[in-house]
Amino acid sequence: MTTDRTHARRRRTLTVTIGVALGIGALITAFPFLWMLGTAFKPQRESVTFPPTIVPQAPTLEWFNTLFTELDFGRYLINTVLVVLIGFVGLLLMAMAGYAFAKFDFRGRKWMFFLVLATMMIPIQVTMIPTYLILNGMKLTNTLVGIALPTLVSGFSIFLFRQFMTTIPTEMLEAARLDGAGEFRTFWQIVLPMSKPILAVQVVLTFISGWNSFLWPLIIASDQKLYTLSVGLALLNQQLAVNPSLQMAAASVMVIPILIVFIVFQRYVIQGFALSGLK
Amino acid sequence: MRNRLTPYLFVSPAMLLLITFGIFPIFVAAVISTTNMNISAFANWNNVKFIGVDNYTKLFADPDFWQAIGNTGLFAVFGVPAIVLLSLGVALLLNHSRSWFFRALRAFYFIPAITAIVAISLVWGYLYNTQFGLLNYLLSLVGVPQVQWLSDPTLAKFSVALVAVWRGTGLNIIIFLAALQGVPKEYLEAASIDGAGEWKKTFSIVIPLLRFAIFFVSVTTTISWLQFFDEPFVLTDGGPLGATTSASIFLYKEGFRLNQFGYASAGSIVLFAIIAVITLIQLRLRRADDDY
Repeated sequence: MTTDRTHARRRRTLTVTIGVALGIGALITAFPFLWMLGTAFKPQRESVTFPPTIVPQAPTLEWFNTLFTELDFGRYLINTVLVVLIGFVGLLLMAMAGYAFAKFDFRGRKWMFFLVLATMMIPIQVTMIPTYLILNGMKLTNTLVGIALPTLVSGFSIFLFRQFMTTIPTEMLEAARLDGAGEFRTFWQIVLPMSKPILAVQVVLTFISGWNSFLWPLIIASDQKLYTLSVGLALLNQQLAVNPSLQMAAASVMVIPILIVFIVFQRYVIQGFALSGLK
Repeated sequence: MRNRLTPYLFVSPAMLLLITFGIFPIFVAAVISTTNMNISAFANWNNVKFIGVDNYTKLFADPDFWQAIGNTGLFAVFGVPAIVLLSLGVALLLNHSRSWFFRALRAFYFIPAITAIVAISLVWGYLYNTQFGLLNYLLSLVGVPQVQWLSDPTLAKFSVALVAVWRGTGLNIIIFLAALQGVPKEYLEAASIDGAGEWKKTFSIVIPLLRFAIFFVSVTTTISWLQFFDEPFVLTDGGPLGATTSASIFLYKEGFRLNQFGYASAGSIVLFAIIAVITLIQLRLRRADDDY
C-alpha cells in the first residue's frame, strides 16, 4: 500500500516537473510572437527605446492603418488569398492523381508513381532557374498563376493521398458504379468524403504553404501589383532601423491568420501525420 | 462500364504539372549548365553558346562557391543533431501525460514551423538588433556588453542557425508524437511490472521502437539543411562577408541577381549531386542497421 502511494506521488512530482519545464520551453518558443504582437501596437519611439518595454505603454492601431492605407497591403492580402485559392485547385488535381494510383490498374502506373516519388528528392534550387525560364517561355512571369504554378502539385501530397485512398474499400466504389454513378461522381461523392482526414490535413498544409510562399512570388512578381504579403513584408526589411513597429504590424498580418487556422485544425494535422506520414 | 481512359483522366493533370515543373527542369538545368546563358539570352537566343564544362571548372575554382559549400556543411553538421535531439526530447516529454495541459502545450511548439519565414525573420532581426534589440538588453542586465548577433561573421552563423532550429523542431515533434502513438502500451506496462523506471523504459523500449521515425527525421532534416535558404536570405542576405552564404543563397545570387543562368545551373547540379549522394549514404546505413 505505502509503496504504491509513494510511487503514485513520485510519478505526480515527475509529471509536474515535466509540465513546468515544458511550460517554460513553450513560453520561450512562443515569445518571439508575443514580442511581435506587443511591438505592433507600440508607437514608433517606444519600439526603439532602450531598455525596451514589454507591454505597450500607449497602444496604437496606427501601423495597421498605415499598412492598409499608405502602403498597399490590402492588395498584397488579396493576391495572397488568390495564390492560396489556386493552390486548392492543385490540391484537387493531386487528390485525383492519388485516387488513380490507389484504385486503378493502368499501363504506366509504375513509372508514373516512380516519377512522383522521384520529385520528392529534387531540391528546389535545381529546378529554380529552369522553372523560371519555362514560365518566362510560357509568358507567365508577372502573373499570379505563374507564382502558384511551380508549387501547385507536390510528389509528397500525391503520395499521401495514394496511401490513404488505398484503404478505401473497393466494394464501395463498385457499388456506386453499379448504381450508375459516373467515374467523376464516384470520386466526388464517395472517395473525397471518405478521405476527409487526409483531405483536412492537405487543405491546412496547402493553405499554410500558399500563404507563406516566398521564393516564387519573389522571383516571378516584378510588378508591385502582384506582390504577395511575404514579398511586401520583405520589402519592409530595410525599415528596421527606422520603424520596427510598422514591421511587426505587417508581420502580425501575416502570422495571425495562420495561427487561427492552426488552432482550429490542429487535431487534423496531428491525426493526419499519424495516419499516413510514417507507414 | 469502366472506361480504360478513366485513370489517365484522373492522373494526367497532376502528372503533367509534376513533369513540367518537377522533372523536366532537371534536364533543362543540365543543358543550361553547359552554356554561357545569361540575361542577354532574353534579347537574342543566339547569345547562348555551348561552352562544355567551363562552368564546372570555373565553379570548382571559385572560392565563394567553396565558402558556401563549407558553410552548408557546417550548418548541417551542427544543425541536424540539434534539431533531431531537441524535437525527440520535447516529443518524449510531451508524450509523458495525456492531460489537457500537455496537449495545449503542443501547439506552442508547433507554431514556429508553420508561420511565414519572412515574418519570423523580421521578428528575430528585431530581437537581434544591436542597438535596441531585446536580447542585448537582457544580456546587459547581467553585465554582458553589446553582442553583434548578425554582423560578427562567426556569431552570425549561430544566429541564423538558431532561428532555423527554433523553426525546424515543430514539424519533427509532430512526426515523433505520431510515432509515439504506435508504441504498444502493453510493452510499457510489462516493463513497469518488472520494475523498470521511466528512464529505463524510455531508453530500452521507446527509443528503439522509434528507430524508423528517428531515421526518417534525420534524412529530411539533413536535406533541409543542405537546402538552407530562407533564414540567412532575410536576416543577413548571406553576409557578413559571405559568412552565412549557404549553397542555396550562392545559387540564388548567381542566378537571379547576377543573371548567370548557366553558371548557377552548374552549381545547382553539383548541389543536387551532393544531396543525392548524402541521402543514398544515409539509406545505405539504414539498411546495414536493419540487418541486426
